[in-house]
Amino acid sequence: MSEQAGPFRALVARDLRLSLRVGGGALTGVLFFLAVITTVPFGVGPDLNLLARIGPAIMWIAALLATLIGLERLFQSDRDDGALDLLRLTDAPLSSFIIAKVVAHWLGASLPLVLATPVLSLLLALEPLAIAALTATLLVGTPALSFLGAVGAALAVTLRRGALLMAVIILPFSIPVLIFGVAATRAAVTEPDPFWPPFALLGAVSLIYAVVGTVGAAAAIRINDG
Amino acid sequence: MWRGTHLTLNALAVIRGERPLIGGLSVDLSGGDAVALVGPNGSGKTSLLRVLAGLAEPAAGTISLQVDGVSADTPRAAMVHLGGHLDGLKGALTVAENLAFWVRYFGAGPGALSAPDALETLGIGHALNLPAAVLSQGQKRRVALARLLVAPRPVWLLDEPTAALDVASAARFTELVEAHRSQGGIVVAATHAPLALQTLKTLDLATYPPRGPDSEPGEAEGLATALSGDEYWLEGRSA
Repeated sequence: MSEQAGPFRALVARDLRLSLRVGGGALTGVLFFLAVITTVPFGVGPDLNLLARIGPAIMWIAALLATLIGLERLFQSDRDDGALDLLRLTDAPLSSFIIAKVVAHWLGASLPLVLATPVLSLLLALEPLAIAALTATLLVGTPALSFLGAVGAALAVTLRRGALLMAVIILPFSIPVLIFGVAATRAAVTEPDPFWPPFALLGAVSLIYAVVGTVGAAAAIRINDG
Repeated sequence: MWRGTHLTLNALAVIRGERPLIGGLSVDLSGGDAVALVGPNGSGKTSLLRVLAGLAEPAAGTISLQVDGVSADTPRAAMVHLGGHLDGLKGALTVAENLAFWVRYFGAGPGALSAPDALETLGIGHALNLPAAVLSQGQKRRVALARLLVAPRPVWLLDEPTAALDVASAARFTELVEAHRSQGGIVVAATHAPLALQTLKTLDLATYPPRGPDSEPGEAEGLATALSGDEYWLEGRSA
């Protein structure tokens, strides 16, 4: 990347690099995802039909929780070492800083989950069409979780143990994402339910959260760190 | 490097949380000025620096920063460097990566030193490829100060810049500040330690107690006497 690359790309690149380093959050989320997906079949037992039926829901819940794990420190790590103040010393609006942080988090923590989904879905006895639908819904739906989490992370930025508070704030708002994500996946393999309406609604939720989350997180940072 | 740098505070009041800290602060600084903010702990030095940097809003009054050749629309935050208590370094990244990020984030601009040169100037050229996590407190501070050199900006707002620095490093830092001033920059430093700077002005925050909006106009005269050193940079503003 050239030196002329804007602050946005510089920040995304730095956060991605940090998340991939030792102690970064990227691997934690993927390992958590992997742990849930591999243990569920043992817990549910050898009923493949049951597993295939609840598989999409399990995958979505695991993705939701794996996303939340890393999000708590989205802004806190920058605040703890003083970088948050410095990052605000630009002519770019605070919202572009928020978007850069969320994009980097999504690329580092959520995209690996999406990429791992086709492989891990095999453990839950999903059929190919369901796997494709599940991967598509996770790809479209996880950005909503990241933007939503940014609001929680920004609200909890000054708190030492903000993870619990963040989860309490965020979980209710993540329900629509979960509902439409699982509904679309299920509809893909269940006749005559249509796949596209819930999928389109999932995309709409993502777009709404991208806007609301950015504005909300920026406001929370301004209040907390002003 | 910078011409026509002017930092003007007009009847500034600073509040942290619910607590008023500073009131009626009017100061006019121009390129080459260096100001030491002094005052007891909790007198509002750090809060004032954050307000000057544009990170927090003043409770009252106005701040204007003008630099020739820089658009008047440029936010103040993009024209200042803030050196806080914390160094803003990522321990997992090397010193070179840390500085390279800030160069890309802030933009190098004219007169910028390369990262190795900046570190050499501060006497820690050997740390270039070390992870920031292994550096001592004083070394981290010097890397943080190197940030001021790799992405030059006209106004330096420094909070206890020489804390954790040894005598030799503090002397180097003094040279850097003088160089910055000779290039038309402004330095405002909150400090407890004496700074060996030429024509350093001292601004004692204890003499700007918060006050109500209906304060006596006569108080403004008291401002000039609160400032030690020459007064060429001060335009006494009566309220």
